[in-house]
Amino acid sequence: MTSVAGSPDLTIDPPYDATEYRSTALRAPAQPLVLIPSRLLDSAGPVFGDRGVRPSDADLTRQHEGEPIGERINLSGRLLDDSGRPVAGQLVEIWHCNAAGRYAHPVDQHPAPIDPNFSGAGRCLTAADGTYRFVTIKPGAYPWGNHPNAWRPAHVHFSVFGRAFTERLVTQMYFPADPLLAVDPIFNSVRDKHARQRMVSTFDWVTTEEQWALGYRFDVVVGGHLATPHEAQS
Amino acid sequence: MTSAQPTPSQTIGPFFSFALDWMDATVLVSAGHPDALGLRGRVLDGGGQAVPDAVVEIWDGSAFGRCLTDTEGAFEFTLHKPAPRGPGHAPHIDVSVFARGLTQRVVTRIYFPDEPQANAADPVLALVEPGRRATLVASEDGGPRSLRFDVCLQGPEETVFFAY
Repeated sequence: MTSVAGSPDLTIDPPYDATEYRSTALRAPAQPLVLIPSRLLDSAGPVFGDRGVRPSDADLTRQHEGEPIGERINLSGRLLDDSGRPVAGQLVEIWHCNAAGRYAHPVDQHPAPIDPNFSGAGRCLTAADGTYRFVTIKPGAYPWGNHPNAWRPAHVHFSVFGRAFTERLVTQMYFPADPLLAVDPIFNSVRDKHARQRMVSTFDWVTTEEQWALGYRFDVVVGGHLATPHEAQS
Repeated sequence: MTSAQPTPSQTIGPFFSFALDWMDATVLVSAGHPDALGLRGRVLDGGGQAVPDAVVEIWDGSAFGRCLTDTEGAFEFTLHKPAPRGPGHAPHIDVSVFARGLTQRVVTRIYFPDEPQANAADPVLALVEPGRRATLVASEDGGPRSLRFDVCLQGPEETVFFAY
C-alpha cells in the first residue's frame, strides 16, 4: 500500500512548526500528515439550526446592565465556500478582549482594567445569503510573553462551520493599518502575504451608522484547505 | 479553479473557554441508551504534559460534540458507535483538536477496538504506516462500554493526523 504524506498548503495556512510562535515547540506535530483522498471523505458536517442560538447573542454590547467602554463597531460579512457560494444557516462564534486589551478569562493577567459590562463572546447563524452581523466594541492590543516587548495586534477570534467536517475553520480577524501586524508571530505564521491580507477586515461606510458605530467587513471563506503532497513514499 | 480564496487558519489561542463552553455537547446519546459508550482521553504535548487549553470536537457522521479540556488535559464524551460512512469502511469518529500553540487544528480519527476485521479492511487506516495505526484505535478502559483515546500532539507516541 502506498501512502502519501503531506503538509499544510503554505499559500493558505500556517505551518504547524511556526517556531517564532513559541507555544508551537511542544505542540506542533512532527510527523507528516496522512493525506486522505477526497473519494474517501464524508461530505456531511454538523448543522446548528436547532442549537438555541438567540438573536441577542450577536450583540456583545448588551449582555450586561451597562454598555461596555470602547469604540462601538458593526462587524459583518459573509460566510462563503471556496466557489464563492454562501454558506447559509451555519454557526459563527466570535470572541475577543475588551477595549483595554484584557480578556474575561481568569488566566489573563495583563494589568489592564476588566470591563464589568463586557464578556466578549458572541454567536449567530448565517442568513440565506451567508451574512453574519455582530455589534461589539473594538478590542485593544495587549502584551504577551512570546518574546521581549511582544504585543498582539487587535483581533477578533472567529470560529466557523462550513457544510462539511473538512471545512471547519478557526481563525482571527485583524483591523486595517495596524502597525503591530508587521511584527506579530501569529499573523505572520501565515507565510503568504496575500493570504495574510485575507485575515484583515476592511473599514466599511455602508455599515457605519451616523452618530453610533463604525462598520468593518470581513468575509470568511471555508473549504479549499488542501494539503500539499510530499514525494510519494511507500 | 476556485473563485474565492480560503481564509487562513489561526491558533485558537489560550483564552476561548468563555466563548466556546456554551454548547452542551459532550453527550451525543442519552446516558441510559443501551448502546451508550463513555469515551475519555487526554490531550498531551511533546513533553507528555497535559494540554489544558484545548478544544476537542467530534463528528460521527450525524452528531457533533465539543469538549474543552480540563486542567489535566482531559476530555469526555458519551456517544455510540456510529454506522460506517461507506461500503468497506470501519465505523469511526472524526476528531478536531484546537489549542494554543496549534496554528491550525489537527485532525484525527477514532476507530473502535471491537472491530478488528473492519479496521483491517478500512481504506483510510490502510493509508497509515502499520506501526502507527494503533494510535487511531481507542482502547477499552475497564470494560467494553468505556473507551479511552489520548491525543499525543508530538513525541514517540504521536497520534496520526490527517489532511485532505
